[in-house]
Amino acid sequence: MKKISTFFLFLLTLQIGYTQAPNRSTPPPLGKVKPLQLPVLQRFTLSNGLSVLLMEKHNVPLVQVNLLIQTGSFDDPIGKEGITSFAMDLLDEGAGTYDALQLADEIEFLGAEIRTMSRSFYSEVNCAAPVSKLDAVLALMSTIALKPNFSTAEIERIQKLRLNGLLQNYDDPNTIATRAFNKYMFTEASPYGRFANENSIRSYSREELVAFHKSHFTTGNSKLIVVGDVTQGSIQPILEKYFAALGSSALIKKTRPTPSQVKGRPIYVVDKPGAAQSVIRIGRLGPERSNVDYYALNALNTILGGSFTSRLNNNLREQHGYAYGAGSSFSFWNVPSPFIASSSVQTDVTGPALGEFFNEFKKIRMPIPSEEVNRGKSYNALGYAGDFETNANLADALGDLFLNQLPDNYFNSYIEKVLAVSKKELESSAKKYILPDNMLVVIVGDRSKIEAGIKKLNLGTINFVLVEDVLGKKPKL
Amino acid sequence: MRAIRMTFFFLLFATASFSQELKVAYEQFTLPNGLNVILHQDATVPRISVNVWYHVGSGSEKTGRTGFAHLFEHILFEGSQNVPEGKFDEWLEAAGASNNGSTTEDRTNYYEDLPSNALDLALFLESDRMGFLKQSLTSKTVDGQRDVVKNERRQSYENRPYGKAGLELPALLYPKGHPYSWPVIGSMEDLTAASLQDVVDFFTQYYSPANASLCIAGDIDLAEARKSVEKWFSDVPASLPKEVVTAHTPLLTTEKRVVMEDKVQLPRLQLVWLTPPCFQPGNAEMDLLASLLAGGKNSRLYKKLVYDLQIAQNVSSYQGSSKLSSEFYITVTARPNVTLTQLEKVVEEEIQKIKLEAPSNREVERIKNQFESGFIAQVESAGGFSGKANQLNYYYYYTGNPDYFNEDLQRYKAIGATDLSAAARKYLGTDARVVMSIVPEGKKELAAIKN
Repeated sequence: MKKISTFFLFLLTLQIGYTQAPNRSTPPPLGKVKPLQLPVLQRFTLSNGLSVLLMEKHNVPLVQVNLLIQTGSFDDPIGKEGITSFAMDLLDEGAGTYDALQLADEIEFLGAEIRTMSRSFYSEVNCAAPVSKLDAVLALMSTIALKPNFSTAEIERIQKLRLNGLLQNYDDPNTIATRAFNKYMFTEASPYGRFANENSIRSYSREELVAFHKSHFTTGNSKLIVVGDVTQGSIQPILEKYFAALGSSALIKKTRPTPSQVKGRPIYVVDKPGAAQSVIRIGRLGPERSNVDYYALNALNTILGGSFTSRLNNNLREQHGYAYGAGSSFSFWNVPSPFIASSSVQTDVTGPALGEFFNEFKKIRMPIPSEEVNRGKSYNALGYAGDFETNANLADALGDLFLNQLPDNYFNSYIEKVLAVSKKELESSAKKYILPDNMLVVIVGDRSKIEAGIKKLNLGTINFVLVEDVLGKKPKL
Repeated sequence: MRAIRMTFFFLLFATASFSQELKVAYEQFTLPNGLNVILHQDATVPRISVNVWYHVGSGSEKTGRTGFAHLFEHILFEGSQNVPEGKFDEWLEAAGASNNGSTTEDRTNYYEDLPSNALDLALFLESDRMGFLKQSLTSKTVDGQRDVVKNERRQSYENRPYGKAGLELPALLYPKGHPYSWPVIGSMEDLTAASLQDVVDFFTQYYSPANASLCIAGDIDLAEARKSVEKWFSDVPASLPKEVVTAHTPLLTTEKRVVMEDKVQLPRLQLVWLTPPCFQPGNAEMDLLASLLAGGKNSRLYKKLVYDLQIAQNVSSYQGSSKLSSEFYITVTARPNVTLTQLEKVVEEEIQKIKLEAPSNREVERIKNQFESGFIAQVESAGGFSGKANQLNYYYYYTGNPDYFNEDLQRYKAIGATDLSAAARKYLGTDARVVMSIVPEGKKELAAIKN
């Protein structure tokens, strides 16, 4: 008893310390939003014609330098699938006078990071370095980008690594689902539905890789992006020293065919016996990046599947407990490109979960309550500043600006443009792009346990396929 | 604030000396109800991160309720007395904020990353669930999140290649009853058994202000932020003193060999040792050893297994550090037709070399330089699970000093080549560890057999 009264006394004192308890009856009002104002974008050109985008950011003495190459894995020729990615991977496996191990040692000793990577539409060599070590790091980065050795031993070594990597794809339901979606969405002739395979990986020759590098690593096909604690005056001579040797040429013309839209509602069930969950991907072609509906669709997707409170996540996770999460996204390539909704749902509710996706697709085409419209727009717009915190964030954003030929004021005007989207524009974009009767459905799961549930929905013709039908025969190793 | 950050980076980079200070300035105070508060100003972008740590994790769960601390983390997003179900996330998203939570054996953390105009909203929400959660709880809430968490278990472990191994390891590494002897995600049976009463009891026992720490980092005015914290957390009731989790010894004293079959193409060998708890002597040495063994192309195991011999597809090593004990992992995935016995032999030889001969100075310097860069990258952003707000709370919990950045970095800088050999001899023995073979179904003959 005594203990308790002391405890109450303590609480009483506590209350006296402050004027009064806060008003919890409504959430506190938000203050005034600070506008996003990024530093000015600067442009200059090196003596060989390589153009540079620079954004100064002086709060920390760090620099990010990205060399963008406007060639990506969707540019791989038929029969040479994966060659862009392979060539990029080989860049730091020996360059100039260094072999692969010496290069790694030099970079790590500087405490730096130099990365090579390829994406669907571009490739990149980049580094993050303290200003004090920038010269040494850029010397290594330019050696990697400009003077790769492509030694036969390294080519063979990486080929084996990649072939074994192919084998590991058979284990992962998410990889299988992504591959299946692209395979059935696009035709074999289109670059978007093809992937590195045993034959293509075995076919890369040293001559091809050298030729790839020579033709794609040129001033017309590249761009340097610099963000950090430098000025044009301080960085230009260093860039000149290390990148003026990059060969000159015009931009290489790329074949980026416009894909054709999904017809009807084809369903593919990829059998994965014993799977604890079914991986679902549903989608169709959405618009290209430059489409006028871009801002409306960003807000719309936030409402449908682009945030935690989105309808898909709320339905499949919070209302039904079918999944850990569910979501959707628009790809926004430079040609019409997929809108994809996805989730991993527990095996025994695969049918009902699939049904809920289509319920949400139908519902999003109906009038959207104003509160939801505002929340979707605000989440998208007001959270935007968080994308620009680090040098790497900013450099990626500038790459996006360049690859998509966006105006310089794009970032600073983004918030305003999203907030300006009207309820009507949102609703009409939903009607225009979310067409539930024309969607491709891919499910990777245990056929014996999910077939009946899917059939019951009567969504369309179901094609039952095996993992090997999607990924091809397992490589012989 | 900008000036302070500048100074710290300048010192770090501009000199080769190891004596310079790595510093993240902060203000700290305790409210009368026991809540520890840490404030840090950084105006790089007009954003703020609000980060709350509760000093309870799966290690405090009672028998038959494994996975409960994490289930409870989920329930904390489902509303409180003045926040109807669903509104926690809706209100934050409408303000342009993102948020999340996570649970380990030792602690549970939550954050909101938001525009700087929305600080009060985050504080209102965090204080309401800290002080007034019980009033809104129903068994429906518990049921809903139970299903979500079961699907998290399926997605993160059961339906992931090699994922099931992580569910088995805790019971192999620790004696029955040790707080780390079950997985944080828990068992399906125990998740099924969790009741509303369990939730109420857990809240009462562990979710008190005196068992928590609030950190705000970002574009704040220190005095105003303090006022806001005092306003919103003043009526959060104080409660009973916390229960401290203690270690049960002895730990692992034998070598345990286990073979698991999984739906995978390539067999995988996983070696696990118990190592000193975080910030204890020997712990930093093991972090560097993990890099020496498998960080980068020149690391001992990568070079030997993947680069030279080409009998492994990949190799990784890391130490997971916790309050009562740490775990040191070496994971090697074999090429086809390579047995895990072969891999184990090479791993053992490489560890033996380190034990017998100190690594070269350049090798050690290279690894330390990488660690130093990692420290810098860590303080470039404020929010999320890895930004400064979380890091200040992390250091406060494990060391008592929020700005332990420099001391932490110095732990690594002080280590010499011979220390690494000594640590390998002391902690990477063959007599007390788990040797787990994960093999494709029906391929038990690929498992690692003791020489």
